[in-house]
Amino acid sequence: MKTQNLTKGGGIVVVLVVAVLFPQVFTNPAATNYGVLALIFATAAVAWHIFSGNTGYISLGQAVFFGSGAYTMGIAARDWHMQATAVFELLPLSAAVGALIAVPFGLIALRVRRHTFIVVTIAIFFIFQLMAFNFWFTSGSNGLNSPFLSWAPVPYNQNFYYIALACTVGTVVVAWLVGRSRFGLQLRAIRDDEDRARGLGVKAAQVKLAAFVISGAITALIGAVWFYYLNQVQPQTGFNPLFDLTLVLMVFLGGYGSISGSLLGALIIEPLYLWINTQPKLNGYNEIMLGGVFLLVVLFMPRGIVPTGSEYLTKLRTRGRPAVSPSTTIGPASSSPSAPSVSSGGAR
Amino acid sequence: MAGEITRQIVNGILIGGVYALMAVGLTLIFGVLDIINIAQGVLVILGAYLSYSLFNKAHIDPFLGLVITIPAMFIIGVVIHWAFISRLRGGERTSMTLLVTYAVGLIIEGILYKIYGASNVSLQPRYVNSSVHILGVYVGWVYIWGFILAVALVVILYALLYRTRFGRSVRAVMQDETAARLVGISVNKVAAITFGIGVAVTAVGGVVFGETNAFNANSGYDLISRLLSIIILGGMGSVGGALAASVFMLTLESVVTIWQPNWAVVVYYAALVIVLLYRPTGLFGQKAVRAQ
Repeated sequence: MKTQNLTKGGGIVVVLVVAVLFPQVFTNPAATNYGVLALIFATAAVAWHIFSGNTGYISLGQAVFFGSGAYTMGIAARDWHMQATAVFELLPLSAAVGALIAVPFGLIALRVRRHTFIVVTIAIFFIFQLMAFNFWFTSGSNGLNSPFLSWAPVPYNQNFYYIALACTVGTVVVAWLVGRSRFGLQLRAIRDDEDRARGLGVKAAQVKLAAFVISGAITALIGAVWFYYLNQVQPQTGFNPLFDLTLVLMVFLGGYGSISGSLLGALIIEPLYLWINTQPKLNGYNEIMLGGVFLLVVLFMPRGIVPTGSEYLTKLRTRGRPAVSPSTTIGPASSSPSAPSVSSGGAR
Repeated sequence: MAGEITRQIVNGILIGGVYALMAVGLTLIFGVLDIINIAQGVLVILGAYLSYSLFNKAHIDPFLGLVITIPAMFIIGVVIHWAFISRLRGGERTSMTLLVTYAVGLIIEGILYKIYGASNVSLQPRYVNSSVHILGVYVGWVYIWGFILAVALVVILYALLYRTRFGRSVRAVMQDETAARLVGISVNKVAAITFGIGVAVTAVGGVVFGETNAFNANSGYDLISRLLSIIILGGMGSVGGALAASVFMLTLESVVTIWQPNWAVVVYYAALVIVLLYRPTGLFGQKAVRAQ
């Protein structure tokens, strides 16, 4: 067990070093662009995991926070006449707005269970898109432009890369802290059996709402970074119906219910998606491809890369014998805290 | 002013009938299979495009063309069920099917976009602009025909559900799948046919939608969000609830249009949110029957 922890720690260090060195080795703006957007989506995917991965409530309304974060920064920078790097001071404001929106959103949507919840998040998402189109302060379908940032092209992408990397690392740390805390256990208890969790004294409504607010705040923050990176937002790009589907696809590909899976999925899908967009031959096929990849993943690898892969590794190491002798409990399996609920994420 | 309000109410009821048909398909699929078919909106657009092609290439009237498009959509539905939905197992099945149907919708949308391009089209048979004078207001014939057809089909669906052997097995599966299996009902067959029927009604929705709106491959999103609101409001799985909710919502929306055309759609979602605050199971949903 100890060597396993050591390899795990070593692996994290290696990944971090590679992530930090990446823009120094590949200075080409096209390459760093892939890096920035992949990290933005990785942050959003891990934020999705904090709520949906832990509780099992699949949210298709994260774009509400993403777009609201972007619009908050845009509107505040415009109305307060902020310039250049001072605009970054608005990031906490975006996160706060995301958290503020998450409270009523969560209070309404979390009154219903599971699949009705998914539908309600979609409905609320469309309300927000409509508001972005119709309110006077959002400039309608023209959207908003960010203040001009006078960085030269090469450090421009690199600077944003490190900002996005900081967000990703911070979000992973938050997700990890949540996952190993009592709070995280309560969330997973809700995922396994909400009624039983309530019976055991978990304040389900409060716990779910808290996770939803954390997830919303992070998504709004990264939405603001995304806005300043691209310099613009329109209602259909900020509040994009494909945004949530893409997030869910990333998480399911990587491994539903695990932080590393969410991260890995985002780092695979987003560069792939960007690459497809640059191929003139494949122009117009990206929706078909996104849908197709999604179907393949759900039908043939429903548990994702990380759980399937780690199971395979365990099998190799133990030469087919079960690593832990199977328990002989009769009746419904209990979700004890020591159970590796991360790897059982997509299996149920 | 009063005339304007009457006109909008009549319009709302007539369009509401057509939406009811599309929503009944959705709620039926949910009731029997525990599936939310996110692709329903795109399938309506697919139905509209099928009628569009038949009309422009073979000069078949969209309403007559239903003889072809309804069976075609039925087959598409059965194929979608067979290829993707029947293969999913396990406790997360409902959430997974939701995502799968989303992906299917995305693929259909992509294909439609490839074939027909991004520009808006609409179905334009000769009679599309002719109207008739009823209750002191002018009402388009398209709306009337659509409404009559929708009501007829809902009645047929109702009869199918409550007067036939097949309907009895559908209701048995709705109540308790395991018990239905035990008494010898082929649940998979019932599920496939129900999914087919739920998709087949989108052909009719497509014709009326296509004759009253300009549409392109993207139009499905607006439709599906409305349809979802309707079935949640009516109580998921309740056919009567879907009927009442769609007529109510569409009337409300078209009355609000008089004062606030841009914000009329918000009425939908606002009504949904308010109802959910007080009755999380929707207006006609039964908590005990459908434990989620």
